[in-house]
Amino acid sequence: MRITFLPILLAALALGGVSGLAQDEITVGEFASMSGGSASFGQSSHNGTALAVEEINDGGGVLGKKIDLITEDDRSMSGEPSTIVHKLISQDHVIAVLGEVASSKSLEAAPICQENHIPMISPASTNAKVTQVGDYIFRVCFIDPFQGKVMAKFALSKGWTRVALLTDVKQDYSVGLADAFQAAFTAGGGTIVKDQEYSTGDKDFRAQLTSIKAAHPNAIFIPGYYAEVALIARQARQFGIKAPLLGGDGWVGESLLKVAGHSLDGCFFSNHYSQDDPSPVIQDFVKTYQAKYGTKPDSMAALGYDSAKILADAIKRAGTTDEPALRDAIAATKDFKGVTGDITLDADRNAEKAAVILTIADGGFQFVERVAP
Amino acid sequence: MIEFVQQLINGLSLGAIYALIALGYTMVYGVLRFINFAHGDVFMVGAFAGLYVAPLVMRFSNGGPSWTGMFVILIFAMMICAILGIVIEKLAYRPLRNRPRLTVLITAIGVSLFLENFGQYAFGVDPQSFPDLIGDHAIDIPAWCGPFTDLTIMVSQVLVFAVTLFLLIALRFIVTKTKLGTAMRALSVNPTATSLMGVNNDVVISFTFGLGSALAGAAGILISIQQPSIDPLMGLQPGIKAFVAAVLGGIGNIPGAAMGGLLLGVIETLVVGYSDVLHIPPGYRDAVAFFLLILILLFKPTGLLGRVEREKV
Repeated sequence: MRITFLPILLAALALGGVSGLAQDEITVGEFASMSGGSASFGQSSHNGTALAVEEINDGGGVLGKKIDLITEDDRSMSGEPSTIVHKLISQDHVIAVLGEVASSKSLEAAPICQENHIPMISPASTNAKVTQVGDYIFRVCFIDPFQGKVMAKFALSKGWTRVALLTDVKQDYSVGLADAFQAAFTAGGGTIVKDQEYSTGDKDFRAQLTSIKAAHPNAIFIPGYYAEVALIARQARQFGIKAPLLGGDGWVGESLLKVAGHSLDGCFFSNHYSQDDPSPVIQDFVKTYQAKYGTKPDSMAALGYDSAKILADAIKRAGTTDEPALRDAIAATKDFKGVTGDITLDADRNAEKAAVILTIADGGFQFVERVAP
Repeated sequence: MIEFVQQLINGLSLGAIYALIALGYTMVYGVLRFINFAHGDVFMVGAFAGLYVAPLVMRFSNGGPSWTGMFVILIFAMMICAILGIVIEKLAYRPLRNRPRLTVLITAIGVSLFLENFGQYAFGVDPQSFPDLIGDHAIDIPAWCGPFTDLTIMVSQVLVFAVTLFLLIALRFIVTKTKLGTAMRALSVNPTATSLMGVNNDVVISFTFGLGSALAGAAGILISIQQPSIDPLMGLQPGIKAFVAAVLGGIGNIPGAAMGGLLLGVIETLVVGYSDVLHIPPGYRDAVAFFLLILILLFKPTGLLGRVEREKV
């Protein structure tokens, strides 16, 4: 068996090598949740990525070659990313992998890319652990602790020195943000007047809100996801709590404003980018995206777009798609003008860039300010 | 003091929700000695039935809130759920009636998973906003109540409480005073003897499931008015809590389920509200509630109002 198998394997390897060299295209792999529970995130980031690749190819490609984007669907299921990333690397011979939005999916794929020395760029996984997997793993978004710091600074700048926390204890994301907020906020002279908790899936927050109301906070920091935040906002206003609510990028979801109605008016949250940002780079991007897909690009689309553009930029600078030259070029990304800000990758391969703060008014999100790191 | 009263009201209001769902659970168990794990999912279907019919009904009140419209939607959702309950019983439980009880229990879990996944496919995964059918607002407390004017009580909270109380009494009446109720009780004692006395067991069991599911449908509408965000998995958590409430009160006992629900709601709320006084993190709410459940069952295995029944050998 072994004797017959080995030549086939060698032949396959040789063929693979030859086809890789002979190609006049650069193959890039992408894995995304195109269907299933987080499909809205996956489809947005894919649309952004595909738009970037199209623009690069229309402009003559990189190193005289076109980029061929191979997209695989992980169906929002754990276990899938490892299978399809294996396939992308061993069968499609991709030179780099782009994906995923969800941190848990990126964490599955990262060790495989690291082992095969294929650079992986995650558009939107904010959990700090993702890039700690190894020196081939990058991301173009900021990480959770940064958002917490941004909101703490923002609250202090508004003069809100008494803030209550309401954390979703079932989400690492929420706990991480709350810890970062608390550290930065108390260091800046603020006081946490109440520390309350809830769990994903809760619908009644009256007990927490009653005890928060009694502590008379200037603002309430709720770093949760939109489904619960919408109900919390409604119930808070029913109790006559007028303090503004603050949060992070988990607030962005289709049903947030439908469920919350006007309860969230005048509240603030941090995000990766704003489609209302007047900067010309962003307005051009919004225009072309809307022309192609008919909807305005959300944060995930913008981050997907940036991930592909940063890869193309690194290939150009490296002058090759070989390792480790490409990896080094990605790591050296500095002041890249992306739609989600000027991106510099730090020593930990995370993006250093500004966050935006948005407010809710007139049934929509409005750009407030950009906060530099 | 005012804060404590407010927390008590919060707890009773949360408990009323558990109680409302627990009523249907416990009634089906009381008659058939069978835990219908799909009950929480029928509750979800009730909420979605309301969501889809609401725009049609609200057209008569120009899209605005109206109490008549609310009752029409409530009765519609109860009917849909009753039909669903009868169909589930006929297709999934009836063929297994003479099999070991465990088989039916596993089937009930299967039905529950089916409804959840079908719901995700049919209604979408994202939470949807439930229309405000009654123009929910905080009740104005008259000035002579002194410091109590600061309390927040929503119309929807009072509604859930009132309906739970009404259904409790109505159920008691149906079970103890009507002919069908007598048949239900007879069936729960000895199904063979009941059929020998000329009672059609199939009809009685169908009726029991229909009634239980209609209660779940009513709960679906009333709770969605109070917490207007509905999704296909909304039945999961309250379903478990209601089951616990039913066991706490003595499963099969109708007033017991209501009492169990209220107790569970108040305990949970007080643990969260006074976490810093009790030195228990608010996230441990469920742990505390379930610990108390174990304690109660250790000292009173049949639940608070349950009676000891001897199994015939």
